[in-house]
Amino acid sequence: MGVGRALDLIPGMAPDLILHAGPPITWERMSGPLRGAIIGGLILEGRADTEAEAVALVERGEVRFEPCHHHAAVGPMAGVTTASMPVYIIENRAGGNRAYSNFNEGYGKVLRYGAYSEEVLARLRWINGVLAPAVGEALQRAGGLDVKALIAQQLTMGDEGHNRNRAGSATFGRLLAPHLARVGLAPETLEQVLRYFADNDLAVLNPVMAACKATMDAAHGIAGSTVVTCMARNGTDFGIRVSGLGDRWFTAPAAVPVGLYFPGFSSADANPDIGDSTITETAGIGAFAMAAAPAIVKFVGGTPAEAAAATLEMYEITVGENPAFGLPPLDFRGTPTGIDIRKVVRTGITPRINTGIAHRMPGVGQVGAGLVRPPMACFEQALEAMAEMAK
Amino acid sequence: MTIYGEIHRSTYYDSVALMLAQREARDLPGVEEVGVVMATDANKEILRAGGLEFPGLEGARADDLAIVARAATEAGAQAATAFAVQALTRRRVSATGDAYRPKTVSSAARALPEATIALISVPGRFAHSVAREALDAGLHVLLFSDNVPIEHEIALKAQSREQGLLMMGPDCGTAIIGGAALGFANRVRAGRIGLVGAAGTGLQEVTSLIHRLGGGITHAIGTGGRDLSSAVGGVTMLAGLRALDLDPGTDVIVLVSKPPAPEVAGGILAAAAVCSKPVVAAFVGATVEPAGAVQGAATLEEAACRAVQLARGTEASLPPSRSLPEGEARRLSAEQRYLRGLYSGGTLCYEALVLLRPYLGAVYSNSPADPAEALEPVTRSREHTVIDMGGDEFTQGRLHPMLDPTLRLARLRQEAADPETAIVLLDVVLGYAAHPDPAGALAPVVREVREQASREGRHLAVVGSVCGTDDDPQGAGAQRAALVEAGVLVEESNAQAVRLARLITEARGAQKARPSQKIVAASAAAPAWPEIGPISALLGRRPAVINVGLELFAESLQAQGVPVVSVDWQPPAGGKQHLLDLLDKLEG
Repeated sequence: MGVGRALDLIPGMAPDLILHAGPPITWERMSGPLRGAIIGGLILEGRADTEAEAVALVERGEVRFEPCHHHAAVGPMAGVTTASMPVYIIENRAGGNRAYSNFNEGYGKVLRYGAYSEEVLARLRWINGVLAPAVGEALQRAGGLDVKALIAQQLTMGDEGHNRNRAGSATFGRLLAPHLARVGLAPETLEQVLRYFADNDLAVLNPVMAACKATMDAAHGIAGSTVVTCMARNGTDFGIRVSGLGDRWFTAPAAVPVGLYFPGFSSADANPDIGDSTITETAGIGAFAMAAAPAIVKFVGGTPAEAAAATLEMYEITVGENPAFGLPPLDFRGTPTGIDIRKVVRTGITPRINTGIAHRMPGVGQVGAGLVRPPMACFEQALEAMAEMAK
Repeated sequence: MTIYGEIHRSTYYDSVALMLAQREARDLPGVEEVGVVMATDANKEILRAGGLEFPGLEGARADDLAIVARAATEAGAQAATAFAVQALTRRRVSATGDAYRPKTVSSAARALPEATIALISVPGRFAHSVAREALDAGLHVLLFSDNVPIEHEIALKAQSREQGLLMMGPDCGTAIIGGAALGFANRVRAGRIGLVGAAGTGLQEVTSLIHRLGGGITHAIGTGGRDLSSAVGGVTMLAGLRALDLDPGTDVIVLVSKPPAPEVAGGILAAAAVCSKPVVAAFVGATVEPAGAVQGAATLEEAACRAVQLARGTEASLPPSRSLPEGEARRLSAEQRYLRGLYSGGTLCYEALVLLRPYLGAVYSNSPADPAEALEPVTRSREHTVIDMGGDEFTQGRLHPMLDPTLRLARLRQEAADPETAIVLLDVVLGYAAHPDPAGALAPVVREVREQASREGRHLAVVGSVCGTDDDPQGAGAQRAALVEAGVLVEESNAQAVRLARLITEARGAQKARPSQKIVAASAAAPAWPEIGPISALLGRRPAVINVGLELFAESLQAQGVPVVSVDWQPPAGGKQHLLDLLDKLEG
């Protein structure tokens, strides 16, 4: 595990390319938060100074858009990743493949929710210029970190690894802290970096997502396999990819999550489901590990028993259990892992997803968090394609 | 009268749950009619025909739930639909507070690791994959579902034989395994007699009579009605026979069935002949040639008596009839010539037919012993008629008469009003999962129609029997007393009730035809015994059950203290046939 620049590391990355969450989409069909994040990304890259300039650039066809997932990358919410952004490098030691994700900006007005005010851009510049190099050097000094072990620990500490990462982020910061102390930062700068880990419960989400991506990429491309290797949303469409079905996407309109809203907001403000963070559920954590995180069951309107029930339900549609990720409330039973499209279609049970909720207008940001399920049509189409292939 | 209806999108409930909710809502004051159905084209047509059309019904799809009520006031109709919704969503609250209900057999098996039997009552077209999943999980199966294609039954039974598992059904309504009553079954004393039966109420009658005779049973294994057909070949009966022959708790074996396909009967009887224990074969409507360990029984009652006699070594018989047929016959008017049987139990009905035909000649029925005696239309009786009210013609969109007496009561009024009717013959079937008080529902109507007939100068003889025991939830003694009180001539068994009805009819001067009975005999070679190791293990201890389908059966098992986990079953792939075909193809 390390840190580098997107342009240098991400396969196929280019200065005019912007990566985004979810399945492929054109500018015309993009939702507000995704457009907002792209505008912010273009300003960050210095290719535009204003929203109008950024939009003009896009409309002149000078910007290309591709899913993060096409480049071994993932990004939460809008998932916008530009050439100069720093990214985490996660290596799957067993498979030898790597995956990448950008840095988490924290809460509030942030690019990933489509906000691009000066405050947002200043934060990104600090991440690019200060935080990422420091973390990269600390990771180097640490000889990398075992993300799998970190996920296993956070699951036993009340996180599910998607909507709740408080324990994981604290652990991440704790592991890095002694190394950060030695990377030669001025005390004020070190304080800022340590405060990033102290204040941002989501600090670990992005490397965890990249770890899940590295895991699922290793499972992709197995002939005849009906296991889902990717679930992602771009704010307009929900898309899945299936191991035995190559690089095809099976998409359907994304739903609006059901959840709790910050004061002053309601479901009327919500954008349809967005983000690559569903890679956590795809890899068997997040909502699939809901039993581990009784503290956040209120998002799904429930009790600890219902949190356990959420995980138990996911065993019905998965092919295996991950012995590395034991769930304490289920007597350390492994998390349900490997969604099988046949089981989804047969049982009628779609995967559970824990998620944040973005405002549907660009520039506003997060308005809540809750629960969503993918449209069944994605799985039905994939099943039909699989049956077609089996002919 | 106003009509109010609602469509609940993509909401599935099984038909029994729907009909129970419908019945409850219909009983509300001021409510005239209620429909609670899945919005299939056929059901929409039924609602329209019943004057229950409402806005939104047309656009509803087969996996949508339609609830509609016709009541005196708009508020009343709305209340009735709300009540139906409540009745449907009412859930047992488990003591553990465990919110999760497994959705598949395999996850239920994980929740109840000691489970040995899957009790499956999903609609027939989905039954095959659920039963296969249960067999794959190493579970014995009691498949209650009917309308299962015969090729599915053959495939399931081939798989069960391969694994040494017991595959009871499809269309198996009754079993008692290790003291646990599964499906419709009576609470009977434990003892030394084991049964295998292709006939649900046949098993209920024989086990109840054994109990009344002071005997007891080890196990009653159901096979499903088609097990002894040529196509299926008696796979389950043979496995059950073998298991009971090797069961150390069983001293006497009873086989119960309607007449099997002759070659299948031959094989079964040849296998039974070499059993180490006496075998009583009651193939209702056929005479069994004795051979080796096998002796035949002409009636269910005789099978029970012989079994108890063999188990105890002393004579066992029921008290003789106390009614005088001549006395009853003298009170009938000249016009009153015919017997009308209204049965809730299929095998009891069949037994009545085959016991009556040698004496009375043609007996018309919806399940006739001879195709020439098919009742057409089933809604109008003709001369001597004996009807199985549990037949498909009567249960479309309705509960079985063992659960809901409404249709039988209507037919009773109809028969009683017919001046040609002399005798009405009835059964009352008790036990787990049956109506809580069937005699209580029958008695007032019997009283009413007898009084009505008497006002019209006729005497109406009503003859019946109660299939069940004093230990049953309904209590056979109290049920009998309620019938006697209403004027029913209550006999000790179905065979005796049929006999009394026949004697009264004969005393009226009915014709006496005597067609010969079918004879079945053991074939020269017995089929090879199947491996039944897991079945022996099953019979060796009290079962634990995974229930898929009717919640009623899980509740009955809970009442017996049998560990049970219910699968929260939904039609696979939302019932979309083309997806199911693709799944079957992919899963080979």
